[in-house]
Amino acid sequence: MITEALVLSAILFVLGTFGVLVRRNAIIMFLCIELQLNAVNLSFVAFSRMVGIEGQIFVFFVMTVAAAEAAVGLAIIISIFRHYETVNVNNFNLLKW
Amino acid sequence: MFQGGGAQAAAGDFEPFLPGLVVLLPLIGFLINGFLALKHARASAEAVRAGGELDLDGPGGRPATHTLPTWVGPGVMLGAFLITLVNFTSMLGAELHEPVVVEYWTWIATGTFTVSAALQLDQLSMIMMMVVTGVGFLIHVFSVGYMKDDPGYPRYFAYLNLFIFFMLVLVMGASYPLMFVGWEGVGLCSYLLIGFWFADREKADAGKKAFIVNRIGDFGFLIALFLLYTTFGTLDFAGVFGEAETGLLYGGGLVTAITLFFLLGAAGKSAQIPLYVWLPDAMAGPTPVSALIHAATMVTAGVYLVARSSVLFALSPVGSAAVAGIGVLTALFAATIALKQNDIKKVLAYSTISQLGYMFLGVGVGAYAAGVFHLMTHAFFKALLFLGAGAVIHAMHHAYHATHSHEDAQDMRNMGGLKSHMPITWITMWIATLAIAGIWPFAGFFSKDEIIWYTAAFGGAENAPFSALYTVYWIIALAAAMLTAFYMTRLMVLTFHGKNRTGAEEERHLHEVSPVMWVPLAVLAVLSIFGGWINVPEAIRMSFLGGFGALPMTEWLHHWLEPITAQAHHVQELHLGEVSHSSPFGGGELAWALISTIAAALVVVVSMRVIGGKTVVPARDDVEPTGFGKVLYNKWYVDEFYDRFIVQPIIRASRFSWKVIDATIIDGVVNAVGWGSRGFGWGISMFQTGSVNTYAFILTVGVLVILGVSML
Amino acid sequence: MTLILFYVFSAVAIGGALGVVLAKSPVGSLLFMVATLASLAGTFVLLEAHFLAAIQIIVYAGAIMVLFLFVIMLLNLGHDYQKDIKGGVFGILSFVVIGLMAGLLARQFSGGGGFAEGPGGVAIDAAIQEHGVVGAIAQPLYTTYVVPFEITGILLLVAIVGAIVLAKRRVN
Repeated sequence: MITEALVLSAILFVLGTFGVLVRRNAIIMFLCIELQLNAVNLSFVAFSRMVGIEGQIFVFFVMTVAAAEAAVGLAIIISIFRHYETVNVNNFNLLKW
Repeated sequence: MFQGGGAQAAAGDFEPFLPGLVVLLPLIGFLINGFLALKHARASAEAVRAGGELDLDGPGGRPATHTLPTWVGPGVMLGAFLITLVNFTSMLGAELHEPVVVEYWTWIATGTFTVSAALQLDQLSMIMMMVVTGVGFLIHVFSVGYMKDDPGYPRYFAYLNLFIFFMLVLVMGASYPLMFVGWEGVGLCSYLLIGFWFADREKADAGKKAFIVNRIGDFGFLIALFLLYTTFGTLDFAGVFGEAETGLLYGGGLVTAITLFFLLGAAGKSAQIPLYVWLPDAMAGPTPVSALIHAATMVTAGVYLVARSSVLFALSPVGSAAVAGIGVLTALFAATIALKQNDIKKVLAYSTISQLGYMFLGVGVGAYAAGVFHLMTHAFFKALLFLGAGAVIHAMHHAYHATHSHEDAQDMRNMGGLKSHMPITWITMWIATLAIAGIWPFAGFFSKDEIIWYTAAFGGAENAPFSALYTVYWIIALAAAMLTAFYMTRLMVLTFHGKNRTGAEEERHLHEVSPVMWVPLAVLAVLSIFGGWINVPEAIRMSFLGGFGALPMTEWLHHWLEPITAQAHHVQELHLGEVSHSSPFGGGELAWALISTIAAALVVVVSMRVIGGKTVVPARDDVEPTGFGKVLYNKWYVDEFYDRFIVQPIIRASRFSWKVIDATIIDGVVNAVGWGSRGFGWGISMFQTGSVNTYAFILTVGVLVILGVSML
Repeated sequence: MTLILFYVFSAVAIGGALGVVLAKSPVGSLLFMVATLASLAGTFVLLEAHFLAAIQIIVYAGAIMVLFLFVIMLLNLGHDYQKDIKGGVFGILSFVVIGLMAGLLARQFSGGGGFAEGPGGVAIDAAIQEHGVVGAIAQPLYTTYVVPFEITGILLLVAIVGAIVLAKRRVN
């Protein structure tokens, strides 16, 4: 079961990365990052079957941090939206050469 | 400190008396005058640029800048001369066989090579010191009167004192490097003083020319120093001359190379062919400067060098013959140019070059004492001639100034009939003219005659090499002597005799110069009359030319310099054998002395008649000479030749280096590197797309790389 | 039995993930995400992490996803769907990259040969027996890991303050 869980975790992680690379909507990119975090959570839980309860404790913390990060990140996106009237990251190009 | 740390006392009891002070006093004079000059620098520079002179007749009279240098300038010279005199009399009493070297401190100390700051007191340096400080003092006094209208008065005396300082270092130095310090220093002061009126572009250029041509000579001097060092490992006189006879092969390539390079250096400093071109241009400086530097002292440095290195030159017959050849050729060449010059100072300049040629001839044939003797007498009468010319120019300038005319105050065609206006100058300059022409009993007769005689004596010696060549030298020397008599007489006639051509208005303003200017002339005149009586050989002394022994003539100088020339004489005796006692065309010393003085006197008288009979046109109405006279007037076009074949190619090469190599290639490469960096940076900046997706992509690729590397 | 359930949950999870990545509308992406989270919670249960499964539903699917939805609604993004998936060269390159990543991970896991239950699982079961499902996590959390726990609390405080400050409408 552990191996299958890890494979699932890998697939989800790869899909999340693909989403980050490809999507232009800032909020959806963020969502894909959450997907990646979940994949990692799954792998932690799988390994906790091998190693101990520490894996699950870590997942606990990851979820907390993810929540905090989501809150702040979305606040930032709202802030940017107020300036640009869009969340299309292609428009956030002030750092362009 | 002035007594020196280690005075090596020699045989006899000669204790040097404050020798360091002799050198130090002019330096102190330079510092004081220089400080004063700096304080008034701005005002003085503005005045020079405005081409102005000080208005001394106005309220205030002599300005404040004038008082201190008037006393300090000649004052330190008098002090130096008196101390030298004390040392001289002390040395007269003692029987000195080895030079006394007074060391002060170690200047260069690297491994095996040491040079200490040391002064050498021996007979040769003492003679030079007396000449430098004595004649120098008289010229300083003359300058007080000559330069009093000049706003650069303190600067002038500062430079003059600095020059004396360096000249004394040159003649008193106990090693070649120390001599070279003085050598370079006098070159520097020469530049500063020639270009004294720097606002005039021509005068400044003359200073540059002097310095640059000198530099070529300095190169020769340095190469010779390097060769000496590799041979002997030391450059002190004691070290080099002590090992010379054993360390160097007679007539060998090494010693010939050394002497030829020294000749190059001496030719630069003493204005011989081919490096004489700076001296006529150097007449752009104030006339007392010409008297001091370009007649009495600096230009004699080359002769001093050869005399000091006498043993080296004795060991190289080729080197000596080259020295003599260059000397006698220059003597003739310069004399021909002097025949056609109209500027009074230019005539004297070429005369100086010619007489220096005689000195070179003297030390070249091996008569070192005779060369030094002529150096001494030449200092007297040439300084007198230049100072007299200065007095004349001063008077002419004053006259033109009064009438606001812009004629050339130095052109002899504008002079004439000055003997009634400037009697003292007239008499003293005639004395100098007779001396330089070699008329008995004046100074030049004895010295010039001795040189010509020794050319025959050494040239006709038993084992002399190149004896035919020396015969040619002897003939040329006689010819040049006749030319000397002619052009000097021409100078005197054009300047002092005949009708006055300055102009009726100006003539009323011509008058004799002040005592501060004619007293030095008088002193030098006395020296020019009797100065030659200190080195008269036996044969002449006992004849009627010496009053059959009644006149107070001696052969003192020859004996005095014997310890110096002993080594060289030893080499000469070894290799040349017995000297000849008759000239190439027969006749002994006395006979030829008589012949040359009578011939010279004849030339003087005849030329007075011939030139006096011709009418001379004032400068503004005169026409260019034609034919051979034109060649002489244009100095045989040597300057033009140098310009075409040496200066212009160098300028072109420099321009090429500048425009092509430096500006285009080197700057281009540097700029290209800059451009490349900028381009590279621009290329890299393309990475900053500003697109978040791109950043995420690169991030992912980076993570992949790390993962891949860690897993492999 | 568990294996079959696991495959079902996996299928839903992967389908949901694909939906998240490829859906046109933001709300659609979000709903697919909720599906993924739910199936992941199921997977947690199958791995004997019951407490975490519950927390996953409550916190992740319930709070964070709702927050996302709030923001989407706030910014009025639920209406016009522009095509916002980057295609073209970039899409192909990204596909290559993630293919490489998948390959690397696969290599890692196939090299291991498979993982088996270890001593950790036994300990967890024992803890669950003794303290119950919640207690099994709470025990270490409040004893050994109490410092990180408290710091996380502070972190949440900071996040709250930050979110408020950042999102505040500027009062002109």
